[in-house]
Formats: sequence, C-alpha cells, structure tokens
Amino acid sequence: MVAKTLTGGQIVCEALLNEGVDVVFGLPGGAILPFYGELSKYPQLRHVLVRHEQGGAHAADGYSRSTGKVGVVCATSGPGATNLITGLATAMMDSAPVVAITGQVGRAAIGTDAFQETDITGATLPVTKHNYLVMRAQDIGPTIHEAFHIARTGRPGPVLIDIPKDVFQETAEYDSERDSQINLPGYRVPSTAEEEEVEEAVDLINAAERPVILAGHGVIISRAFDELRELAEKAEIPVVTTLLGISGFPEDHRLFVGFPGMHGLAYASLALEEADLIVAIGSRFDDRIVGDPNRFATKAKKIHIDIDPAEINKSLVVDAPVVGDVKAVLGQINPKVVKTDHTDWVARVEHLKAEHPSLKIRETDELLGQHVIKALSDVTKGDAIICTGVGQHQMWAAQHYRFTNANSWFSSGGLGTMGYEVPSAIGAQLGNPDRLVWSICGDGGFQMTSMELATAVENNLPVKYAILNNNHLGMITQWQGLFYEGDYQAETYSANPDFVKLAEAYGMKGIRVTSQEQLESAIKEANEHDGPVIVDFVIEKVDNVYPMIPAGQSIQELIEESL
Amino acid sequence: MTTSTNGASGFQQRTIISLVQDRPGVLARISGLFRRRGFNIASLAVGRSERPGLSRMTFVVEGPPHVVRHVAAQLDRLVEVVEVQDITDKNIVWRELALIKVAATSEHRGEILELASIFRVNVIDIGAKTLTMEVTGGRNKINSLIELLRRFGIKEVIRTGRVATLRGALIEGQEEGAHTIAESVEHFYTPTAGDSGSV
Repeated sequence: MVAKTLTGGQIVCEALLNEGVDVVFGLPGGAILPFYGELSKYPQLRHVLVRHEQGGAHAADGYSRSTGKVGVVCATSGPGATNLITGLATAMMDSAPVVAITGQVGRAAIGTDAFQETDITGATLPVTKHNYLVMRAQDIGPTIHEAFHIARTGRPGPVLIDIPKDVFQETAEYDSERDSQINLPGYRVPSTAEEEEVEEAVDLINAAERPVILAGHGVIISRAFDELRELAEKAEIPVVTTLLGISGFPEDHRLFVGFPGMHGLAYASLALEEADLIVAIGSRFDDRIVGDPNRFATKAKKIHIDIDPAEINKSLVVDAPVVGDVKAVLGQINPKVVKTDHTDWVARVEHLKAEHPSLKIRETDELLGQHVIKALSDVTKGDAIICTGVGQHQMWAAQHYRFTNANSWFSSGGLGTMGYEVPSAIGAQLGNPDRLVWSICGDGGFQMTSMELATAVENNLPVKYAILNNNHLGMITQWQGLFYEGDYQAETYSANPDFVKLAEAYGMKGIRVTSQEQLESAIKEANEHDGPVIVDFVIEKVDNVYPMIPAGQSIQELIEESL
Repeated sequence: MTTSTNGASGFQQRTIISLVQDRPGVLARISGLFRRRGFNIASLAVGRSERPGLSRMTFVVEGPPHVVRHVAAQLDRLVEVVEVQDITDKNIVWRELALIKVAATSEHRGEILELASIFRVNVIDIGAKTLTMEVTGGRNKINSLIELLRRFGIKEVIRTGRVATLRGALIEGQEEGAHTIAESVEHFYTPTAGDSGSV
C-alpha cells in the first residue's frame, strides 16, 4: 500500500477499517469532535450513539464477547473518559477485548487543568491491559494496530488510546502495511505449552480415579468447545463450568454438572470436593469458587491450564501448571489421554445430583425468580443469548437457564458490575442480529443503565429485557438477613417506576407478569414482537438464593434450602 | 534463611531486576503494581541498558515472599516489561552508591580525609565549609561511613539504591546466577539488608 497523507482523525478511521471494525459505540464531546468530523466520511464504520459512556464500554464488551471481535468505544476527554472506567474495569476482570479511543485536550493544554481535562491514561492504568497517550499524528496508525493486537491476543483485555484534539487535526503519513508491523519485545503470546508440562498433566489425568474438569472463561475465549468435549468424553470426566465458563459445554450433555461455588449448585461444589483430580481449564480459581483456599478440594491434585503465567499458583498452589492457549494445549493433551471409563465416579456425581437437588424450586403459588428463568429457558429452548446484571437474578439465571448453544452467556463475573445487563445486550444483539437476545435484569441494576433503552430503540435492536422486579436489592437483603442480624438498611426500592409505562415512554413494548400462569404466553409474546420489549416480572419481594457457601468458607458451611 | 526476614509480618527484602522498554509511563505501571499490594519500594535504580530502547531497573521491595513473587509475575505481564527476575535467592553481585556531604571546617578536614582514605572512597568536591564524598559498596559499608561522619555534621546523604546482576557462571554450561556445586545455598553468601556487598 502506498503511504497516504491524512489527518489524525482520518488515520484513526482508516486503521479501524483495516482492523476489521464495523461498529463503533460512542458519545462525542469537544476534544473528540475532530474525529467525529472524519467519521461521517466513513460509512462502513457504523457509529452507535449511546446515552452514557459507561453504556458504550459495556456495549463494546458485549459485542466483543459475543462475536470474538474487538469491541470499540469512543468518548471525549474528562468526564466522557472517566465514565468509561467502570466498563473498562469490567472488561479487564473478564478478559474482554475492547479498544477505547478518547479525545484529550490539546497538547499545549495538557497538565494545566484545562476544561474537561483528566489524566485518563493515569486513571485507567490499573483497569486496562495497556494504554497510550499519542502525542503525534504519525504515531496514531502504529498505536491503533498495536492496541488491537494487544487487546485480542494472549489473555484479552481492554486497551485505551488517548489522543489530544490537535493531534486528530495534524496531518501525517499512514501506511497500513508499515504501521501494522508489531514490535513488542516484552509481549509474548503463549500458544502451545512446554512438552514437559503437558506430559505431567497427561500422567495425572491417566492416573485419576475421580477426575473433574473445571472449565472456565478461557475455554470460551479460546473457542475450545470441541477440544473440551473431546477430553471429557475420551476420559469420561464430569464437567463443572465456572460462572463465566457457562455455555462452554453443552448443558444437555450427560457429563455436564453445573457451576460451583458461593451460589453454585451444591453437587458441583461437592464433585470438586470429592474429586482426586481437578483439571482447571482457563479458570483462575476465583475466590467465589475456592472460598477458603486451605479447605478447598483438599483431596484433589490440581492441573491448571491457563494462558496467563501470573495466574499460576496465585490463589492455590497447583500440582501441574500448563501455560498456554487452552485450545492449543488441549490439542496437545487429548491425543495422549488414554480412553477410559469412570463409571462409578460418574454414578457418584449423579447420586450427588439426586441427593442435593439444587435446581428444585420450592412449592408455592407465588411468582419466584427461579420460575421466570426456568420458563425463559423452556420457551427459548436454551437457545437465546443471555446477558445479566449482578445479584440474585444473575445467580438464578446461571443456575436455571440450560444453555444449548456455545458462548451465549454474558455476565460481569469478575468485577460484578450491576448495570452491565442493559448495554451489553445491545452490543450482543448488534453483533448477532439473527439471534434472540434476552437481558435478565434486577430492578436495581436495570436502573443504573436504563438510559440505554433509547439506544436499543434508536437502532431497532429487538432486545428483550426481563426485569426480575422485587423492589429490593435482593442480594443485599439476603446478606443483611444472613450476616447482619436482619439489620436491613438501604435495601428497598420503594419508588420504582412503572416499568411497563417506562417501556412505552421509550417507544418499546411493555408487558407485566405477576403470576406463574402468565409466564409462557408473556415470554412468547415478547419473542414474537419485532422490536425491543420490557417484561416486568413482579416476583416475590424477599427471597434468598440457595445453595450458598458464605464468603471465605468451604463446602462444610454449605447452606441449602429446606424444601 | 539467607534473606532478611521480619518474623512477625513475614516481610522480606527481595531484589528484583528487570529489563523494560524505554517508554513514558513504564515506571508508573510498575510502581502501581507494588502500590496495589500496599508495599514499599525500598530502593529503585533505573538507567539505559546496553540494548537501544531498553532500560534496566533494580528494585528492592519489602513484602511477603509469595506476594513479591506474584507481583514479579504480574510485572512480566506488562507489555513494556521484557524480562523480570526475582534474584534474591540467586548468586548475585550488587552495589549501591552514595554521595555524602559533610561539614568540614579546616579543623576537621584532615580527620575526614583520613576516614575517606580508610574507606577507599573518593572525595569529589571540597568547599569552604563542606566536603562531598562518593562511596560505593553494600549497605553496611555506606551505613558505617555515615555513622562515623555523623559527629562532624552530615549536611546531605544521597543514595542510589541497589543495582544488581547475576554472577557469571563459574563453570561452562552452568546458568548465570547459580550457586556453585560445592557449596549449597545455605552456605553461600547472598545479600541481606545490611550486607557489605563486596564479596
């Protein structure tokens, strides 16, 4: 390609196109206007105007997780950029590839406390995989290409590029071939693992009598669905999926167990407890799974397959670390694993399922959150994309939705960001126009980002929003009840809006459901409506999520619901 | 144990060396990872390396060993960090430099110069009322000199912090920084907080 002389703003657009970008989420402001001035000349780059920059970052995150492509969000300097921070931190914790482009005040004004100035590269240091302040137009091209490379390779993550207003306006040469050369001596992208590490893992797998696979988000990021299934079937190993590993393994498979940990299924936690080998694949032994590290799965040897060496021996000391890309490593391990049966062990896990029926819903005429999720799962046949917020509705969704499609569950597992559900579903729907997208919301989190309903309407995105409305911060109520002697504080939402009217105010369809009998028809009606819908599920006011292992505890402290 | 331990908290001084890209902000990224864990960087020395575009850093940090090891792994994850190594338990050489400005009236100048000569340090500046010397070595040597000079009136002490590298292999084919075969780690001389540095 011949070098072209362009403005900085044009270089951003050309470089984005060369990276295969087709959607940019954003909200303009003074410092980034020179970029918007050029964006209009590139109709291949669809700009989706969000109502708040946090929503833009979550939408880019939902788009990236659901498509495997890098999500792009842009914002102006100062408050525009700081509004991105929660979204970037969410993407960082869950390893989602997002590139954020922020306008900055002009170079001469940097450091002078100019209007709408924030040191956003300083502020986002701990919540980005990497970030840049670009001080010359000639550096924009190489920086954007490098940023995309860093965002999507290795353990993915968010990268922020801060560009001063006058750098957008300055001209420079852009040569896509030259500028996309990557020269990063300190950045290694692991692929296959050391043969020694593979051998050690294979020996443990072949020797195990009660093995369990703990499949994490890494399986999904690496798209290692077939390899995971091959390993599970070849050595007959039950598969426990972590919260973010959900939809990495078909839930109608006979070896599927479920998700473990704080609000996981009791039998999944018990399977880990009784195992003599845990094969952790792309999981970081999160504290909500491990609880007390000294009492977690003490009978099990542990294999830890992860692309990030800094995760090895972080929460738990493991017996066989295997550093590499999950798909590549399973490609090394699977041929060496001896085909075997674990009939007794699989039967034992089935017995645990029968003994601890964590998915059984208590008998009641009231409408419970579990009823809603179960009905959603049944009516959509486990085939929908599900986005959630954080709290009780999220845990019920993780428990009761039976995913049949790979990579269909998007939830803020690491940061635990309430409000993720509204915009992430917009991003997921944009990236998957032919799929049904349900956003499962709590009435608390929904109101943190509900302004993005306008974005869904404006862009004709038929997202279905299910609000599990109990007029409470349900998980707060549960914790205050269990751990703070019932000293309930700031847990009730006594002035929720009428969500059906809210839907109508936004030009959406609104449906209210107050009983179990209405569930099926309401969900069908929402599915059939050609446009975004809010379904206001008015559920039992106070209810707890069970099972529960309190924070920092172990399976010995398991609390189950008495049915 | 060959490293200094503060028993109660389990804190240890650890020496970490790293090779980093010479780009703006790299120091902030690195120090941010230590700050996040709430421990102190006891000393830090940075300078350009033999490779263009790359700098070497030596940090001495104080923290529980397993946490320091994890922070080192996290440092390696930083895009601009090319290499990082916790060399505390390796066979290393290290030095620290200090400039000491001491009150030196004509009455005491002779005595101070004598001390300088015993410590084999360079006097790099003499003013009407002060004298500045340059001392290189380990922490003990520098601390001793400072103590001896205190009674004359120390005006300023400027210390660089430790710079360290792995010892070259004694036997061909051996890794750098390995302890010799004959002597176990237990017996070998590794640096501690107050070490002389001149093994």
